[in-house]
Amino acid sequence: MGGTEVTMRVWRGDSTGGAFQEYRLPVEEGWVVLDVIHAIQATQANDLAVRWNCKAGKCGSCSAEINGKPRLMCMTRMSSFPAGEPITVAPMKTFPVIRDLVTDVSFNYQKAKTIPPFKPKPKEADGTRRMFQEDIDRVQEFHKCIECFLCQNVCHVIRDHEENKEHFAGPRFFIRLAALEMHPLDTEDRTALIKEQAGLGFCNITKCCTEVCPEHIHITDNGIIPLKERVVDNYYDPVLRLLRRLKGKSASHS
Amino acid sequence: MATAERYETHEYDVIVVGAGGAGLRAAIEASAQGVKTALICKSLLGKAHTVMAEGGIAAALGNVYPEDNWKVHFRDTMRGGKLLNNWRMAQIHAQEAPDRVLELEEWGALFDRTKDGLILQRDFGGHRYARLAHVGDRTGLEMIRTLQHHAVHKGIDVYMECTIQRLLKDGGRVCGAFGYWRESGRFIVFKSKAVVLATGGVGKAWKITSNSWEYTGDGIALGLDAGADLIDMEMVQFHPTGMVWPPSVRGILVTEGVRGDGGTLKNSEGKRFMFNYIPEFFKAETAETEEEADAWYEDKKNNRRTPDLLPRDEVARAINAEVKAGRGSPHGGVFLDIASRRPAEYIKRRLPSMYHQFMELAGVDITKEPMEVGPTCHYIMGGLRVDADSTATTVPGLFAAGEVAAGLHGANRLGGNSLSDLLVFGRRAGLYAAQYAKSFEGTLSVDNDQIEAHAQELLAPFNGKGSENPYSIHADLQECMQNLVGIIRTEAELKRALDEIARLKERLARVSVQGHRQYNPGWHLALDLHNLLAVSEACTLSALERKESRGGHTRDDYPKPDPQLAKVNIVIRKRNGALTLAREPLPEMPEDLKKLVEEQH
Repeated sequence: MGGTEVTMRVWRGDSTGGAFQEYRLPVEEGWVVLDVIHAIQATQANDLAVRWNCKAGKCGSCSAEINGKPRLMCMTRMSSFPAGEPITVAPMKTFPVIRDLVTDVSFNYQKAKTIPPFKPKPKEADGTRRMFQEDIDRVQEFHKCIECFLCQNVCHVIRDHEENKEHFAGPRFFIRLAALEMHPLDTEDRTALIKEQAGLGFCNITKCCTEVCPEHIHITDNGIIPLKERVVDNYYDPVLRLLRRLKGKSASHS
Repeated sequence: MATAERYETHEYDVIVVGAGGAGLRAAIEASAQGVKTALICKSLLGKAHTVMAEGGIAAALGNVYPEDNWKVHFRDTMRGGKLLNNWRMAQIHAQEAPDRVLELEEWGALFDRTKDGLILQRDFGGHRYARLAHVGDRTGLEMIRTLQHHAVHKGIDVYMECTIQRLLKDGGRVCGAFGYWRESGRFIVFKSKAVVLATGGVGKAWKITSNSWEYTGDGIALGLDAGADLIDMEMVQFHPTGMVWPPSVRGILVTEGVRGDGGTLKNSEGKRFMFNYIPEFFKAETAETEEEADAWYEDKKNNRRTPDLLPRDEVARAINAEVKAGRGSPHGGVFLDIASRRPAEYIKRRLPSMYHQFMELAGVDITKEPMEVGPTCHYIMGGLRVDADSTATTVPGLFAAGEVAAGLHGANRLGGNSLSDLLVFGRRAGLYAAQYAKSFEGTLSVDNDQIEAHAQELLAPFNGKGSENPYSIHADLQECMQNLVGIIRTEAELKRALDEIARLKERLARVSVQGHRQYNPGWHLALDLHNLLAVSEACTLSALERKESRGGHTRDDYPKPDPQLAKVNIVIRKRNGALTLAREPLPEMPEDLKKLVEEQH
């Protein structure tokens, strides 16, 4: 499709309001949406605001809503759209707009601060840390998170309810909490936080977060549901709670 | 009106500019020393270029090969750098890297494991033993996230999307920094007893690069403008394997881990051409037959390393030569084949993001077909000259760590030595900057006239009467550096590059940007171009001066190494607004270390 003309409808504006603006330009073979945005910047609108860093799906900076779907602009190929139809690019809806495609995602950085840090158990007698691959596989899946915040953006608990933001950490931080809770070396107990301040109960497992995750993390099945079970165990099954305390945590639990 | 009232002003003991691995580690250490610390970064926290590092962190843990130790790592690093390295930095790095990796584990990092439950280590170019601690092929993500999560609870003030544009000086010493918030365009002043630069590299001066937009040479230019020495600016690493097709992804990194895990380079005739490019310097330690090379992966005692894993400078030149000789792949690269050599499941487990990247961006299934790869500008070995132990630059109060600093890697960096560099020297920068701040006497004062002058300079693009577009100037600079200051250089081309850089500087004076100051990428680029042009000029001048070929610097007109130039750094300084060049002797290596380096395999 070298040199084909496309029509892009890019949202431009700031916190006081804005509108879609149309740009027509030729696209080259293999282009992704971010290439088109860069081309608009270079040739038609030098001041078009967009966040990006790696352009390889590794940093999670260029999140946007493309034809209404939350995606990374750098990993969305132009060839995946039907020819001739305009493509819309809008900022993430859940976060306040700063300018054009850039939103204020500080909500996420504030939530990150509320999570109690990793607290490892003592080292082995020989001074090493021994963990087995099968015990860390699941936690490594959670560590793949690139913090694009698309899962936060799509989560209806906060997407449509600004008032919930204070009491709800969101899928990204459930995954972070799950990673800590299932870390074989960690000794901190975060279940009260998960239940209360992080608001896990708000989630009714519609799996919207899992669907948009560019890293294909099974956020709901492998993270949120086991966390919910853990909260139930901890709050309603004192025997299990005591057992886990004694044995320390392991990924095999829950 | 006093400046303090005009601009948002903060006061710290230590400010760290840049929040990749080195900056984060420096801030953590400074804060642990009990001084008031700020971390300032151009992007959101956790998005710095470290996040893109793939293959691993080099550290002689000895988990896979107990024979490995710091001496072997030191030797490999020095030889990989063609002995232009600062020996003391290479020694400290090799000795301290294992502790820094284990420390990450204490902070929650989860590296892939050996069967015994220890940190697994993988083979990489130029390393005698499997040495790279890793997490599949997303090691940088694990590292930056671990540091980020650890830092969050350490009382460090973080200024995100805040770009530092000038260092402030009080007489001879650095006393702060001046910059702007990207979000609002408003200016911000930092008064600080010590400043750590951890701003990374310069890759965005080249057209084909693995680097992100942030890599505009900020720290190098800030240091240079503040009077600091630069060394080895001619030493630029072209990573041998970047993607080449489609054009929009050209340059995106393909990890050396593909070769570390058994992948091999082939030309259009299906030949493993690296056997034809084994230099004399590495002959004794490199396999001569395919059988020996393949056996080496499993048995390192009885076999020598595959030439596919020669240091990056050697492999990049070889690929360049194959393509020039007409034996390249359809899109101007060569083939990198792991599909025919390892099972699909193994490839997906070891190289998940490579699998994903090729599938999504190029429609290539790397478990079934070879990749097409070619050299991409990846790293600069040169940068700010620092004291090996303390990371102090030649300007009092100014420290530097990570890619922005020079010396550790000499003329060529080994893969995996960057992440360990960030941790080892990031920690030291934080430690010594904190010590400097603690021993600081007198009052911290900034000069309001200095600040006002900087503010006017930064606003100039809005008042510009010219019609130059910053994006066009950037594109032309990238074209110039790519074509004239690339892998293979000649005097005539380097001189043409200098002329072009001078013209681009004139054009930059006529730059004009649209819109207002709020989150305006055109304006940001116009300001970054000052740095890009400064580092490009320094690189080109140094490249002209080094009339030999060594490591990342290859001169077609001087194809051999020159024993005299082996003993000197090319030093660049800015004096009265102009760059000056000097050749200065390398620090002399002690005899016992010399023996280590000369040891044959």
